[in-house]
Amino acid sequence: MSEEKVAIHISKELYEKAKKYVEESEGEFKSVDDLVEFVLKEVLSEEIKEEVFTKEEEEKVKERLRALGYI
Amino acid sequence: MVSKPHGGKLVNRVATGRRREYLLEEAKELRKISISESLAADVANIAHGVYSPLEGFMVYDDYYHVLYDMRLANDIPWTIPIVLNVSREEISGLKEGDDVALTFKDTILAIMEIEDIYKWDKKEYCKKVFKTTDTRHPGVTKTLRRKELLIGGSIYLLNDIPEPFERYRLWPIETRILFEAKRWRTIAGFQTRNVPHRGHEYVQKAALTFVDGLFINPLVGWKKPGDYKDEVIVKAYEALIENYYPRNSIVFSVLRMEMRYAGPREAILHAIVRKNFGCTHFIVGRDHAGVGDFYGPYEAWDIFKEFPDLGIIPMFIREAFYCSRCGGFVNEKICPHEEEFRVKVSGTKLRKMIMSKQKPPEYMMRPEVVEVILSFENPFVE
Repeated sequence: MSEEKVAIHISKELYEKAKKYVEESEGEFKSVDDLVEFVLKEVLSEEIKEEVFTKEEEEKVKERLRALGYI
Repeated sequence: MVSKPHGGKLVNRVATGRRREYLLEEAKELRKISISESLAADVANIAHGVYSPLEGFMVYDDYYHVLYDMRLANDIPWTIPIVLNVSREEISGLKEGDDVALTFKDTILAIMEIEDIYKWDKKEYCKKVFKTTDTRHPGVTKTLRRKELLIGGSIYLLNDIPEPFERYRLWPIETRILFEAKRWRTIAGFQTRNVPHRGHEYVQKAALTFVDGLFINPLVGWKKPGDYKDEVIVKAYEALIENYYPRNSIVFSVLRMEMRYAGPREAILHAIVRKNFGCTHFIVGRDHAGVGDFYGPYEAWDIFKEFPDLGIIPMFIREAFYCSRCGGFVNEKICPHEEEFRVKVSGTKLRKMIMSKQKPPEYMMRPEVVEVILSFENPFVE
């Protein structure tokens, strides 16, 4: 991943909460930037992991499901 | 949208086509380890992604973390070790890195790469998994009889195990495609090892009120004496669904997997398995996967608090009873009447009635279900 950074805007209230969280994290997060980056990575990696079936696989499965009366 | 598989990816370790042919030829030359029906079911479940993210039997690192932290070594929730036990004789001369063929009833089932060979402390296992070493617990007795070593490593399935209920055998890839085809966005999984009585029906229908579809998924395979036989459970559900359920909202399928009777830990395992089938919700019963009085009635509910990252929503639906004042099935939260008006539908009571060929009343069990059960000479596991 590129190390180039960009600025994003979040509400002051959320920023203050995040800052408090960082302070209480006992060094786990060094800054709010660090925390935001971690949370986004977690959320986005979940999205990336989403499964996709090939059309061929899906059709083969559907054929069996039809034969068994499920569809 | 169906749930994401546990660990993010649906495991597929089923060898097909030329790869299967090649591995099968190779397997014929390998040392064979004959495994039990329950272990053969585990092999198939691993290969078809029922136990995703597991790709094989657990190596020591995962075994240790599951036993003590209820998580795999990579921190993914998992509560009961999935292990392959062997005797010293069976693996004499074998070492880590070797391949073996796993056989069931003289058929080569799978090829396994041995990544780890280790000892296990069976009593410690029982203490952690079953919370007891009392031999009255069926899981304890079974564990203490198992062989002294464990081998871990990834597998490739070469032949599926025979399934007497083939019409009802669906694997996670199939249920996921099925749920998508039905356009269900929310699916509640229901685990059972019993024939359905009115209390079960209430719980299932209460859950179905809040989700798009209900996935009824009884376990078939080894159960303790006194439990209902698999064919009785399947036939009883067929009768119930045909007469009392909206067909478009139900999927019924069996899962060959051993009951461990490990109460709370098993409730988490059952939820993970249904997550892999695509369920977004999981119904957790009173004394889920319990046996005798080894676990508190709601212990299986409490354990879910320890897994905020489980990825499936538990549905805690209170035990139902018939209230003559309410005139129907209700639960403690919604019924204001005294104990004298309430009739609890107890599995034990029903079992006794069925054993003596007595017909349970309709408020306990649907007559069509009763008829099916009583049509068996002995509906119970001996």
